[in-house]
Amino acid sequence: MNPDLPPHYDPGAPLPNLPGHSSGGRLERILRSGRFAVTAELNPPDSADPRDVYDRALVLSEVCDAINATDASGANCHMSSVGICSLLTRAGYAVIMQISCRDRNRIAIQGDVLGAAAMGVQNILCLTGDGVQAGDQPQAKPVFDFDSTSLLNCITTMRDKGQFLSGRKLTTRPQVFLGAAANPFVPPFEWRGDHIGKKIAAGAQFIQTQYCYDVPLLRQFMEKVRENRLHEKAFFLVGVGPLPSAKTGRWMKNNVPGVHIPEPVLERIEKAKDQKAEGKQLCIDLIQEISEIDGVAGIHVMAYRQEEFVNEIIHASGVMKNRKPRRAPRPAEQTQSGPGALAPAAS
Amino acid sequence: MYAVRLWSVRHARGLNRFYQAFEKALVALHPLWNRIGYDKLEQPFQKLEKASKGFLFDCQMCGQCVLSSTGMSCPMNCPKTLRNGPCGGVRPNGHCEVKPEMKCVWVQGWQGAARMDDGLEKIRNVQHAVDYSIKGKSAWLRVVRMTRKIGEFAPKPVKAPVAKPAAPKAQASEGKAA
Repeated sequence: MNPDLPPHYDPGAPLPNLPGHSSGGRLERILRSGRFAVTAELNPPDSADPRDVYDRALVLSEVCDAINATDASGANCHMSSVGICSLLTRAGYAVIMQISCRDRNRIAIQGDVLGAAAMGVQNILCLTGDGVQAGDQPQAKPVFDFDSTSLLNCITTMRDKGQFLSGRKLTTRPQVFLGAAANPFVPPFEWRGDHIGKKIAAGAQFIQTQYCYDVPLLRQFMEKVRENRLHEKAFFLVGVGPLPSAKTGRWMKNNVPGVHIPEPVLERIEKAKDQKAEGKQLCIDLIQEISEIDGVAGIHVMAYRQEEFVNEIIHASGVMKNRKPRRAPRPAEQTQSGPGALAPAAS
Repeated sequence: MYAVRLWSVRHARGLNRFYQAFEKALVALHPLWNRIGYDKLEQPFQKLEKASKGFLFDCQMCGQCVLSSTGMSCPMNCPKTLRNGPCGGVRPNGHCEVKPEMKCVWVQGWQGAARMDDGLEKIRNVQHAVDYSIKGKSAWLRVVRMTRKIGEFAPKPVKAPVAKPAAPKAQASEGKAA
């Protein structure tokens, strides 16, 4: 062991906060250094096996700066974001924990924020959440105690004032980099730019958008963002994803709340001989086009059940050209001893 | 009623102007309210508020009215009770994700705000999470107390312990009376 290092040195421990940074996380460092950031969404397993999480994270790790752990997105039940973050942080991954306001009230969420920060979560994405009617259990009681903006305000209070919403003091503050979501592709288009300003005023430091298949609408939104100088206050990461087929695209458009796919895009995929390959190419083209837009700080890849293509898409798009691909963190531990030790004894 | 609610958003400017004058009158009448007693007034005010705002805005009596900051479109009619703007699920026709037959409360809200004198400034205010402990109470009386800094909004006494010994005595006397 290096004698210069303190005896308690742990290579997996979080980095210290740089001056002016809210977290010690990689994502914040990449963004603040002005480099183009890539985040990707992990498709949460319907399983209690940690290997399912590690396997999916491994294929994303080389090309992305942080992995989003979704919180029952689309109101469908999956492994929780807290659970996924717990597994990923112990393997040294940088994660973005998503918190949706649909399922938990303010008491539960504030507790989760502290727990997450204690586990090493350094990025939190505050979401309203899809309505319960969209998911597999529409009988559920929708909570929505917070909305995404008041949730941002709450976590900002915890981090910057060191207290719960009630005013009760925290002994250690959660050092997290806070994000919010934007959807420039649904009405009211003319106010979406103002609305995101409100989230930034409430504490959002980075923004991840819904799937972008309509670049003109994104340009219109980014114009408003630049007009309000919001791109100087928060980092905008635009959501992209490969469409496996035109049929899936149509289904998403009609059934997933907030997804907007223009007809010409679907036609382009429909006409192709190999729809899957065309979907990937479309995604690559979109990334290249989006990365040229002034004020865009990165992309957020949501490749639902196609994680294995993310690597290829990012490399082909060339957005990482100035950066060396990172080695996946501690792969030996992830695939063998780490999750193996955690797996149920029966398996 | 849904149709009246949409009418109110279309007439957001007039309604807001009326309310601003009404609020001023309410605050000015504080000596009268104080004489009658805010506790006594609570129930009649709740009924009045529920009838008038219920008719105009489908008011849900959250007890902390923010209509002036939401373009006169009541955010408690949003199925997700969002108080800071639309979610990302708004349908292409501007209708609600959860109730497809209803226009999005926040698409309406932003339209109403654009019609109001100071709507577009006020809609930028970040609204905190709803205080469910005052749900059903009169928001009007609360505004008066807030403006006049009385009741729960009174500046807190510097020496809090002084009030403490008084409380058990009061309880004791009540006990005797009973």
